[in-house]
Amino acid sequence: MSESALPDTPEVVVPRQETPFARFVSEYAESPVAVVSFVAVVLIVAVALFAPWLSPQNPYDLAQLDIMDGRLPPGAKSPEGWTFWLGTDDQGRDMLSGIMYGLRISLGVGVGSALIACVIGTALGLTAAFAGGRVDGSIMRLVDLQLSFPAILVALMILAFLGKGVMNVMLALVIVEWARFARTARSAALVEARREYMEAARCLALPKWRLIFRHMLPNCMPPIIVIGTILVARAITLEATLSFLGLGVPITEPSLGLLIANGYQYMLSGKYWISFYPGIALLVTIMAINLVGDQLRDVLNPRLKR
Amino acid sequence: MTTWMLRRLIQAVFVMLAMTVIVFIGVNVIGDPIEILISPEADQAERARAVAALGLDKPLWEQYWKFLLGALQGDLGRSFVFNEPALKLIAQRMPATLELALTAVLMSVVIGIPLGLYAGLKPSSLAGRTIMGVSILGFSLPSFWVGLMLIMVFAVQLGWLPSTGRGQTAELFGVQWSFLTANGLAHMVMPATNLALGNIALVLRLTRAGVRENLPMDYVKFARAKGISPSRVVFVHVLKNIMIPIVTVVGLEIGGLIAFAVVTESVFAWPGMGKLIIDSINVLDRPVIVAYLMMIVLLFIVINLIVDLLYTVLDPRVRLENKE
Repeated sequence: MSESALPDTPEVVVPRQETPFARFVSEYAESPVAVVSFVAVVLIVAVALFAPWLSPQNPYDLAQLDIMDGRLPPGAKSPEGWTFWLGTDDQGRDMLSGIMYGLRISLGVGVGSALIACVIGTALGLTAAFAGGRVDGSIMRLVDLQLSFPAILVALMILAFLGKGVMNVMLALVIVEWARFARTARSAALVEARREYMEAARCLALPKWRLIFRHMLPNCMPPIIVIGTILVARAITLEATLSFLGLGVPITEPSLGLLIANGYQYMLSGKYWISFYPGIALLVTIMAINLVGDQLRDVLNPRLKR
Repeated sequence: MTTWMLRRLIQAVFVMLAMTVIVFIGVNVIGDPIEILISPEADQAERARAVAALGLDKPLWEQYWKFLLGALQGDLGRSFVFNEPALKLIAQRMPATLELALTAVLMSVVIGIPLGLYAGLKPSSLAGRTIMGVSILGFSLPSFWVGLMLIMVFAVQLGWLPSTGRGQTAELFGVQWSFLTANGLAHMVMPATNLALGNIALVLRLTRAGVRENLPMDYVKFARAKGISPSRVVFVHVLKNIMIPIVTVVGLEIGGLIAFAVVTESVFAWPGMGKLIIDSINVLDRPVIVAYLMMIVLLFIVINLIVDLLYTVLDPRVRLENKE
């Protein structure tokens, strides 16, 4: 009966343990614009992934195209009775389907190149921060040199040497973008290296790779994720620009930029939709990714923590 | 100061040399030099003769040496399409590009600084916040799409401005310029605006940040306490202090504008060297490509050098640092 002898202890209110992820989500959701942008990004990615099932027509299947349907305005009916909601291009291709498939290429090239650049750039940045001395100096000198030339010029140079093609565009984008990842990773690593947990890990005589990859890298990730999001948007823009100039993806795999370029000549005669709608799709994609990146930066930046 | 300048010069020469190596490797090792340097219409015998004449049977370092010597003498080969020295072609198209780029620089300063000042002085006003919000668009919108929209609205729908070309030009110092005639100016409005948009946003944001940073400083309080008129405080005292970063960035961006003119010139069919390089890449006119790349790299290095020197002249703190 000893329990009842105790004065009734106030029930200990254990604050519900908020996981870091839950905190992150609630902080992210503080901005409605950011939430809408995130939803938009998810929708765009879904459309790109499921384009073959969502689109009314396969724009690559020439058997489905009829040149007589060419340059129909938005809302026109096809001979089979379905509607070209966004009109058709000069080949009689449904623009809505073209945009869905174009998104696949644009996003694939943009995200793919950013991921590869992220791995290479982060590895080099961490190496520079860890090795210091001459290695650090030469890697960072290379980064400075790379960043002193504008992206479009570097990409132009590489494509002039290699010719067009999806792989070459991706290579050009990786070469343009790795330097920013390297710079970000290095500065984050330099800050982390001086933290106490790193000292503790070093005192345990852990192997170097474990120190870098298990202890330091996860803590360097927030700034890298932020810069990565923004660089995906930049990669998509650059790819669209290069394709618009006729240096990017080949005509058999039209990205959004190439769709816009195809419609350019008809715009002067008032057939705006061939260029306009792919342009809107490109714009919404880039803006949404950028806005998500902005909010990520605000949430993940410890200096802005309230 | 002199040693610093000398070191900086040597560095520039090395970067230039490195770029010649990259361009040389790009053309001669990654690409097929025979296809690049000999016109595709040549037959087998002609080909063999050309290989010997061009020295493609020699070792690579010897070929590079020849390329370098040629480049130093301004000989970068002849265009296949125009059958003229590639360098001369670039030089002919350069004024059109420079004209466009410099107009864009002027626009970014004339529009960007006042807007930035306003947004910095009244950061919480509706207009101030609108300026900042819209300026994000200046960064993130793809430039070629903005160009298309400008054409669609102002040339096709409203019919106010001509959509393509350079319009009438007039001669000055032996070069044709568009900005000297009313028709040429009308042709320039849209391309220059298109090219300037990103930089307007950049200058605007820099100016705003500078104003926000400088307003709480003691020298501003002191100037106010002395009874100097508010406009004089802003336009003379504050503006002078925020000009250093703006001058640096605007200077560095000139190179970026010339490079980015590739896009604007293609959209508006502006006959500058950017349009020339795109056309040349599409028809594989490699001597012109090489000449363009060498020219623009040289331009970049010279601009970076000048900005560095200007920076030293403008900011005494940098000057003192470099003395040691």
